[in-house]
Amino acid sequence: MVAFLSQPWPWYVAGPLLGLFVPALLILGNRQFGFSSNLRHLCAALAPGEVAFFKYDWKQSGVWNLAFLAGTVVGGFIGGRLLGDPAVPISARAHATLGALGIHDFSSLVPRELFSWSALATLRGSVLTITGGLFVGFGTAYAGGCTSGHGIAGLANLERASALAVLGFFAGGLIATHLLLPVLLR
Amino acid sequence: MTTLAASRPTTESHRARGLVPYFLLGTWFGVVLTKSQVVSWFRIQEMFRFQSFYMYGVLASAVVVAGISIRLIQRYHVKTLDGTDIVIPPKALGRGIRYWLGGTIFGLGWAFTGACPGPLFALIGSGVTAMIVTVAAALAGTWLYGYYRPRLPH
Repeated sequence: MVAFLSQPWPWYVAGPLLGLFVPALLILGNRQFGFSSNLRHLCAALAPGEVAFFKYDWKQSGVWNLAFLAGTVVGGFIGGRLLGDPAVPISARAHATLGALGIHDFSSLVPRELFSWSALATLRGSVLTITGGLFVGFGTAYAGGCTSGHGIAGLANLERASALAVLGFFAGGLIATHLLLPVLLR
Repeated sequence: MTTLAASRPTTESHRARGLVPYFLLGTWFGVVLTKSQVVSWFRIQEMFRFQSFYMYGVLASAVVVAGISIRLIQRYHVKTLDGTDIVIPPKALGRGIRYWLGGTIFGLGWAFTGACPGPLFALIGSGVTAMIVTVAAALAGTWLYGYYRPRLPH
């Protein structure tokens, strides 16, 4: 058990466990699994301005979501810090490709040469961290969901809207990975 | 008057207690995200380069398990813990522009940061505190969407 907990979990454990969040939230309180609505709730709570999109009772509709978010941070600490080895066993091919792009530090969950406070002072680090975040926030709000809401819950419910969104996720990801990152990482 | 004043804190604490299961479920979500390493920029890169089955296995099995669960809930008319009906509101397709265009913009960010919104917060918990900047940028992005929403095609 301890050995299992301290190792990275295989896909056939991780995937089903992630899928079970959909029925768990439905049974707990008829809630739809979806994480990015938190970004909207936080905007509504912190800086609604005069924007109609943020003029709603976030305490009524969003507090359960924010409680879930607080838990996710704690869970990240437990899973990423307390339990085991953070090195990621990616395939040899991926290792070689990323190495050729100038990534050398494979010792933790993310490459620290791109995502750390010191990397923020570099051009590539700041572009990936900041414009990446802008794209995530703008895109998920525009699409009305992210990997959890569209990718898992929406596809599971056979939503055509979610299928379109997921095609978009991959189109954007392929463009960024194959056209933009080679330029940025050089 | 006194009864009203006395009953208010009770409903407040009652409401706060109702949030505990969501907090615990969120904690389990953070553990699963980090232990399965789907929060890793390396895994997301590997996925977008088609260099491993791992992420596809995670996403496909998650969708299958969630889909079967939804069917079972509907088939057996499962209710919530407090006995109300479970209703999943359908997503309005409309012209569909918001889905593929918004999705594509999010996809760019997913490949850049290696994280979707949930993993961003799990990574902060795991010690990648620079992701606080990404969260701030994501909030700015969501805010900008809200601001320009009336002028965007949906």
